[in-house]
Amino acid sequence: MTTTHTDAPMTPAPTGPVEKTEQAGPGRADRISALLQQHGALAVLVIVSLVASFSFDTFATGDNITNMATSSAFLAIVALGMTFVIITGGIDLSVGSLFALGGVLAAWGSRHGTLVALLLPLAVCGLIGVVNGLLVARSRLAPFIVTLAAMLGARGLMLALTDEGAETYLVAKGSFLAELGQGTTLGLGNPVWITLGLFVAGAVVLRRTRFGQHVYAVGGNEDAAALMGAPVARTKILVYTLSGLLAGLAGALNAAWLASGVTILGNGMELEAISAVVIGGTLLTGGLGYVSGSLVGVLLLKVIQNVINQIGSLDSSYQQVVSGAFLAVVVIAQTWLGRRRQLM
Amino acid sequence: MPEEVLAVRGLGKTFPGVRALDGVDLTLHAGEVHALIGENGAGKSTLIKLLTGVYRPDEGTIVFEGREVSFATPLEAQKAGISTIYQEVNLIPLLSVARNLFLGREPRNRFGVLDMARMNREAEETLATYGVRVDVRRPLRTLGVGAQQMVALARAVATDARIVIMDEPTSSLEPREVETLFSVIRRLRDAGIAVVYVSHRLDELYAVCSTVTVLRDGRRVHHGTLAELDRLQLVSTMLGRDLGEVRTEGLTKFTGDHSAATDEPVLEAKELTAKHQLHGVSVSIRPGEVVGLGGLLGSGRTETAKAIAGALPLGSGSVTVAGVPLRAGSTPAAIRAGISLLPEDRKSEGIVPGLSVRENIALAVLPRLSRFGLVSEVKVDSIVDTFIKRLRIKASSPQQKVGELSGGNQQKVLLARWLAMNPKVLLLDEPTRGIDVGAKAEVQKLVDELAADGLGVLLISSDLEELIEGSDRVVVLKDGAVVGELSGDDVTEDNLMRAIAGSDNLQGVAADG
Repeated sequence: MTTTHTDAPMTPAPTGPVEKTEQAGPGRADRISALLQQHGALAVLVIVSLVASFSFDTFATGDNITNMATSSAFLAIVALGMTFVIITGGIDLSVGSLFALGGVLAAWGSRHGTLVALLLPLAVCGLIGVVNGLLVARSRLAPFIVTLAAMLGARGLMLALTDEGAETYLVAKGSFLAELGQGTTLGLGNPVWITLGLFVAGAVVLRRTRFGQHVYAVGGNEDAAALMGAPVARTKILVYTLSGLLAGLAGALNAAWLASGVTILGNGMELEAISAVVIGGTLLTGGLGYVSGSLVGVLLLKVIQNVINQIGSLDSSYQQVVSGAFLAVVVIAQTWLGRRRQLM
Repeated sequence: MPEEVLAVRGLGKTFPGVRALDGVDLTLHAGEVHALIGENGAGKSTLIKLLTGVYRPDEGTIVFEGREVSFATPLEAQKAGISTIYQEVNLIPLLSVARNLFLGREPRNRFGVLDMARMNREAEETLATYGVRVDVRRPLRTLGVGAQQMVALARAVATDARIVIMDEPTSSLEPREVETLFSVIRRLRDAGIAVVYVSHRLDELYAVCSTVTVLRDGRRVHHGTLAELDRLQLVSTMLGRDLGEVRTEGLTKFTGDHSAATDEPVLEAKELTAKHQLHGVSVSIRPGEVVGLGGLLGSGRTETAKAIAGALPLGSGSVTVAGVPLRAGSTPAAIRAGISLLPEDRKSEGIVPGLSVRENIALAVLPRLSRFGLVSEVKVDSIVDTFIKRLRIKASSPQQKVGELSGGNQQKVLLARWLAMNPKVLLLDEPTRGIDVGAKAEVQKLVDELAADGLGVLLISSDLEELIEGSDRVVVLKDGAVVGELSGDDVTEDNLMRAIAGSDNLQGVAADG
């Protein structure tokens, strides 16, 4: 029997002139739509911040900025995990509860040392994330339902730990954990630096690793991704795990910052995180999104809250009305831009 | 003889109620381009799915490169060296071209971080050999379908494939892109890769394939060198008809003649054009006339019906009903004008199985029976009653769920729904597929009666007998264009097959007849 094939990889050599099958590039309008979708939130953030700086003497002060930065940090960490989940086309409603649970666990664990205070919330919240991921990926349940159940379960667990919320565990003054949450480095709070570090790492993972490619592929076209050999189930399990871990970490850092595990925190935080991610240009349908956008989205939400506080005469209840209206406008704009670009 | 890459023996697969594949053999050698053909339901896709690990065979063996294999997933088959490119491009539209090409095997530096520069460079080089010169950093979706198909092909081949299966790869390509695809297939052949080529376009088969396997009803009915068969033989093997076979009459319930009226056409479709699907198809139907649409799968029959019913976006062309032009691309407008379409896939596009016979029949006509949003129950009852009787629908009561009825009765319920709208034109897409013989005869008889009542009927059927005996005229489509029209005594199986096989042959037949 003769063998006609060679052992070389089968990339056919060019033979003769090849035809050009290229199509015209994306139009100018398409590029502008893409730019708006990716950086629109940043432009709005800059404009709102500039207007606020000129309108209120107390806005662009060092104190106000560092306060905003620190209070943004915790939501930003949660939104980072949410970004990964949403890019795969999923959703994670459990992060608000996990944030609260993480805080209580960290404060409770702090009496056994900083290591326990950090590892315990990561372990518990990470594990709940794994369960979320397994149920979504292996049992093919809807992410909405799975993480809704986890949200209720985690909050229940937190209430059980705190005797129905009656007991508040404190973080010992002067411990390393307290320093991690309350200390500053180069004028900015430690949580801010941790957040920035996580976002840089998150951006590299998403854009420059195989796992990141799989995250986009699963959200972009799950069936095709499977046929192309992407580990669909593993990718989903990993993103929910990551989201759980980050929510737990954010809760722990928040407890360190507040010096106690406050049980009433985290209500509705999942929705805030989702808003920030969507405002940042990530498609709720999956397949397209940016870590940097989510950070901008968080900052924008916090700046608007701050501005409303600055106005003073406006009841702080209206914060939520304005945030809600703003979100609606952004989602409408996103949908419109997306349709223009034929993404949906 | 080149090395044997694949030896399939006695492959069988049964689905509930259907013997999809029955003892099929297939042998592929290195550097062979093998045509796999057959009509709808012949078992092509089942065979491909068995080879690529989507399904597991019930019986038979697959020997790939000398070893017996059993793939659990498409990924396993792909890793072993059997790649498939599908009719619809299966890539990630929002990811860049390079990222798509390299997904899962991206070049990385020693920290595990993707080497984007190298990836983009190599992607550009690889795609250039396929005649695709694009900015590989652009999202895949900004490329034309042809270029996307090339990326899919480049990806399939780059994973060290020994066998590349192409399932109707040209269905959305421009002629120029088809040429590029062919040159790539020839290079694959020269590199010793075996190609399985599935297509309904006969020209393409003869242009690139050396061998052929013909499937019909789950069995292999022919295999050998393609050059030994001419087009007409190929088509007759595929459809299971012997040439010159004496035409038997009376096998269907059609009376045949509707004494075609000489009135003005009730429907006139002119130069219907839809990208990649229809290239200037014109059909006209007079009241009381049954016009058949003939052609192979993918020739544009269903698309023509959909285009007339406003369910397919048109590039150009016009539809006129009883002299009144129709607004293009609007299903409601078509329905108002009196066009009713019975879709090919009644499960997904027609019946609502959970609703009763009564509700299913009344569904479309409800808006006409209601006043101020309230439905007149009496009127609904009378209409439902009329049609159950007239179409001889066998249901325990009008309240029975349609999902519990037989296929034939489901089809009648659908027919009733549209007839209740009092249409002028009825478009029937495979009205008797998947229903038993008795019900088939019933439906055929109904079509006859409806035409006799003055309706214009467009009949699409893969059943040649049904098409020939049921139609007054047959318009033959090929690759989205009309290639012939038979009427009167010319409507015979022989002529029809010749027309389907290629327009050249038709001229000869016309001269003979």
